[in-house]
Amino acid sequence: MNEILEILEKDARTTPEEMARMLNTTPKAVKNTIKKMEKDGVILKYKTIINKEILREEDSSVRALIEVKLTPQKNLGFDHLAERVYQFPEVTSCYLMSGTYDLLVVVEGKSIHTVSNFVAEKLSPMENVRGTVTHFILKKYKEDGDILKQQEKSKRPAITL
Amino acid sequence: MKISKIVEQIPPSGIRVFFELVLGMKDVISLGVGEPDFVTPWNIRERAIFSLEEGYTSYTSNKGMIELRREIAHHLKTKYGLEYDPEEEILITVGVSEGADLAMRAIIDNGDKILIPEPSYVSYGPIATLCQGKPVYIKTRPDNGFKITSKDIRASCDKKTRALVLNYPNNPTGTTYSKKELKAITRVVSASDLTVISDEIYCDLTYDFNHTPLPTLPGMKERVIYLNGFSKAYAMTGWRIGYACGPRNIIAAMTKIHQYTMMCVPIMSQMAALEALKHGDRSVQEMKREYRRRREFVVSRLNEIGLMCHKPDGAFYAFPSIKNTGLSSMKFAQNLLKEEKVAVVPGTAFGESGEGYVRISYASDLDKLKEALMRMERFLLKARR
Repeated sequence: MNEILEILEKDARTTPEEMARMLNTTPKAVKNTIKKMEKDGVILKYKTIINKEILREEDSSVRALIEVKLTPQKNLGFDHLAERVYQFPEVTSCYLMSGTYDLLVVVEGKSIHTVSNFVAEKLSPMENVRGTVTHFILKKYKEDGDILKQQEKSKRPAITL
Repeated sequence: MKISKIVEQIPPSGIRVFFELVLGMKDVISLGVGEPDFVTPWNIRERAIFSLEEGYTSYTSNKGMIELRREIAHHLKTKYGLEYDPEEEILITVGVSEGADLAMRAIIDNGDKILIPEPSYVSYGPIATLCQGKPVYIKTRPDNGFKITSKDIRASCDKKTRALVLNYPNNPTGTTYSKKELKAITRVVSASDLTVISDEIYCDLTYDFNHTPLPTLPGMKERVIYLNGFSKAYAMTGWRIGYACGPRNIIAAMTKIHQYTMMCVPIMSQMAALEALKHGDRSVQEMKREYRRRREFVVSRLNEIGLMCHKPDGAFYAFPSIKNTGLSSMKFAQNLLKEEKVAVVPGTAFGESGEGYVRISYASDLDKLKEALMRMERFLLKARR
């Protein structure tokens, strides 16, 4: 992977000047590379990772993984059906899977009710959806490489030779 | 109680007082740490835990588990084309520290001189003294990238000179040697019939060219005691495990001492080291890329704020000059600690020739490095006013 991406993936706030120092190049060169990657869509956008596990009750949300079985459409396969599913803003992730079901849909909502309403009213009645199995997430430990726990303080002594 | 004369002879570490000062202070950003800021990769820790569950809690062979010695032999062969017989030419030690101790005890007789390039890691000289040898420090200079030359060695040799200690990449200067530079050193080593204790613990952390182990050079395998370990590359400092390779009579002699003083390296550490060699390389490469970026950042910032710093080729230390502040290394470190709560190690901790320098470890995450350098910049502005 491009080293600029490696740096940004760890900390998107690293400035081009800082990156230029680290990579022994000019800020301009870094900016140009980033611009190109943004244009090509390699870099989609920059977001903040929020640990919702420690948000206050009223701001918290629930997440469910939903296995969806589909009947593929003639000439269109699964892509078209997936698109109809992932367009809903409640859907945070959507994957085509190998194995016993077809789509894995991750849905986020304010409460169990919001999520189950979504499944009952939007997802299940859709044409070509043959069945769904909903798994609610009880606790998140790690997400996309980040451990959702306050980092413990370093255990190294402050000075050694 | 009476203390032996030889121990009395070893000067107490002047740096201790400064260390206590650092440890007693809160919210210090420390750039004074001589170990990686990563924890040991999980697969290695997990292997050690599993080995405990499996009941691996016994002694091992004095030399260390044969599986581990074989894996080390295989690793050295594939990586450097370096061949050591795992049965007779490899010894597992409690870190390179024990390796250095055993090596010197195995070769030094009363009054033998040991050449040590300076600035130097702190333990070689005292170990030589404990073995009733005589450490002879050879000063290296920044205009030569803190490298020792064959001329330096020749000038310091006499009939009593028994060995040379090399440590590259170097703690504290980060200096390392190219193959060509090493070859020049090997010529004088052979001509003067020296043994070389080569501490290559930072070998995986070189950034500009590949590391050349000393025993790979012509005529060196029979002269070199090659020391290495797992601490730096695999972030395994607390496991205390390393290894020594060398001619079989030397390894046999070192094993003799090791079996009476240490017995063997703890088996859990040996199990973990085996896992590190088998599956650790990806983590090493990741760490190395991260260190290289930090090096570029730190060195360019140091030069920018007015602390002249040569670019270190390896390890994770920068060794900038603080001479233009007019302060001694110790005073600089003390003032910086008191005024800006940034801890660095005074160069004098590594010998007299470290005066005028401080050691900055970039084994800290980038946010801390940025903040620390900002504070140092502020400190220098105030000091100059």
